[in-house]
Parts: sequence; C-alpha cells; structure tokens
Amino acid sequence: MSEAAHHEALIDALGAELTPVRRLPPPWRRALGWLLVVVVTAAVLLVRHGATTMMHRWEVAPDLGVAAAGAVITAITAALTSFVLAVPGRTLKWAWLPVPSALVWIAASGMGCLRAHIPGMPVMNIHGADDCLIFIISFSVPLSALMIWLLRRACPLHPALTAIMVGLASAAASASLLEIFHNFDASASDLLMHLLAIAIVIGANSLMGGRLLSRAFVSAPRRG
Amino acid sequence: MAAAQAGDQRAYARLLTASVALIRSVARRQGVPVDTLDDVVQETLLTVHRVRHTFDPTRSYDAWLSAIAARRAIDVLRSHGRREHREVHDEWAFDTHPDRDDASVGAERAQEARRLRDAIRTLPPGQREAVEQLGLKEQSLAEAAQHTGRNTGALKVNLHRALKTLRDRLHGES
Repeated sequence: MSEAAHHEALIDALGAELTPVRRLPPPWRRALGWLLVVVVTAAVLLVRHGATTMMHRWEVAPDLGVAAAGAVITAITAALTSFVLAVPGRTLKWAWLPVPSALVWIAASGMGCLRAHIPGMPVMNIHGADDCLIFIISFSVPLSALMIWLLRRACPLHPALTAIMVGLASAAASASLLEIFHNFDASASDLLMHLLAIAIVIGANSLMGGRLLSRAFVSAPRRG
Repeated sequence: MAAAQAGDQRAYARLLTASVALIRSVARRQGVPVDTLDDVVQETLLTVHRVRHTFDPTRSYDAWLSAIAARRAIDVLRSHGRREHREVHDEWAFDTHPDRDDASVGAERAQEARRLRDAIRTLPPGQREAVEQLGLKEQSLAEAAQHTGRNTGALKVNLHRALKTLRDRLHGES
C-alpha cells in the first residue's frame, strides 16, 4: 500500500473533517417529486379548462392522442433519466430510455399534419402557433429551473447530457400540459412551432443548465 | 462507505486508503501518464469527499468510485493538455526568446545611479539644494522657495547650473 502512503496526509485531513451526511434519495423518488408538480399543474389546468376539447380532439383524431401519450411518457422517462444520470456510476445507456417515446410523440404529431382536417376545429395560423411557442417555453423555464434545483445536491458527471434530459423532460411536460387546452387542429405550422420550442428548451438547457450542473459537481455542498 | 456517510472516521480513512489503487488503475486506463497519477488520486479523493452523500449503499461502491475517477482523470488530462499547449518548451524558449534585459543591464543601471548620486553630493551647496528639492523631492518652485528661504529665481538659476555641472561631469567621465 505504498501508493496510498503518498496521500496519507490528505486522507487524514478528509477523515478529520468527516461529518455525517444525509443520503440522496433514489432517483425514482426524486423524479416522482418533480412529476408531482407537473400533475398538480395539469389538475389546475383541467379544472379551469375542462377536458371536453381535449377529448373531442382525441376522439376524432386518435393520432393526436398517441402524440399526447408519447409526450407524457417522454416527460416521465426523461425526468427519471435526468435524476439517474446525475448519480455517479450509472450507465450512460439510460440516455436511450426516453428516445422511443420521443420518436412516437414527434412522429404521431407529424402524422397529424397529413390527416384530414378535424371538423369544428380552427386550423392553426402562424399567430396561434406563436402562442404554442410561448406556452411551451414559458412552462419549460420554471420546470427546468425546478429540476436543476432538485439536482443541486447530485453529482452529474456528464452535465451537458443531463441538462439535455432536463430540457427534454421539461419540453415534453409542457407539451403535455398544452394538450389540455390546445384548441387547434394539428397543422404543419403547429408542429413546426412545437419542434422549435422543444429545440429552444433543450438547447438553452444544455448551454445554461450544463454549466449550472457542472458547477454543482465542482462545488457540491458539503452539508448533508 | 455507508459507515462513512454516518460519520465513522476510521472506516472512512480505511476506505479511502483502499480506494487509491482502484483510482490509479482507472486513471492508467484513461491514459494518464504515471507522473500525474497522483494528481488524479488527489482530485478524486477530494471529489469523493464532497459528493459522498450521492453514494447509494445498495449499489456498487467500485462503480461509483470508478465513474468519479474516470471523470477526474479526463479533467486532469485536459488541464495538462491546456498547460502544455500554452507554455513553450524550456529549451526552445531559451534559444528563441532571450530576456530583453540580461543581468549586466541591471548592474549597469545601478552603477549609473550611484555615479549620479555621487555627482550630486559633490555639487556646491546651493546647486545641490536646488536639485534635491526640485528634482528628487519633486517640490514646486514655491514650496522649495519656502523650504529653503531662497527666492524662486535663485532656485531656478541654481537648478540650471546644477544640471549643467552634472551633465558635464557625467559625460566627461564616460
């Protein structure tokens, strides 16, 4: 153990200042906490707007229902992946978990554009699509901020990848919430705006969130 | 590690000592040169200490430690790469970038200053006073006049004479 002898002084110093720490709860429990906030928001929106419009769209155009389910599953899996990747020693293969549902979400939304127009639903114009963009981004910002705050005690060894997952989870959750009072038929401009919003949210997260998360790794709080 | 998380210092020291070998082997696998392995060990031990609350006792300690060590090995490799990129190699630097002022220049400057001081000391009292007050202490004419009790005109004349004497003396010598 002569190699360890070089580091005896450091080991002694670290041992001397050892204090008991509060263990990080398992990733699934922390993901559940974040999803709970999303569910409460969804409940508030449902109470205010009712479910009739949403149900009408899904009945007439089941592909929109599939897209919504894809978004919900993506939000759940990406949230779980964010918390898992923020713990050292977990395999990076976790990053693939939200990919299938994200593909279903995007593909089903794209299919919506090819389908015949839903009777009784206004077709999206650019102005309406702007609202979607603003909604997704304005909901994603607090959701991303909340998750980055929840990750403050974690140790993401791959901050950029973790931040991308945070962005995907937030964007998917916002798109799911938007579904509740989305009074438009799916159109190309709608899909484009959704994709743009998701890209902006993920891009901003990987830039800013990655930096925030890597700072957390460099100087993670000592207190438990 | 579970004991260390609860605050058991002895268990913690034993664990860290036993971790050094694994950290070194992970760093070697990452391609860290032998002379910087200890840097990786130090950085990893510090990180382990900081993030010890993220360890889940139901999972493998080795996997947890290896992931941190691998990350720190990459960080150390990167920082060394940056430093080598920024700093030029010693021999090359000595050959192509000699000091603008070598040691003899400094010595020469000190000698010149001494000669100037000696020359000032040998000036007649009036002229020396003018140089000291106006040149060295950087007083204004009025302040110097008040200080020495001479009028400003006399001080000016004395300063001019002193400068001429000094110029002649130093140039005459060299």
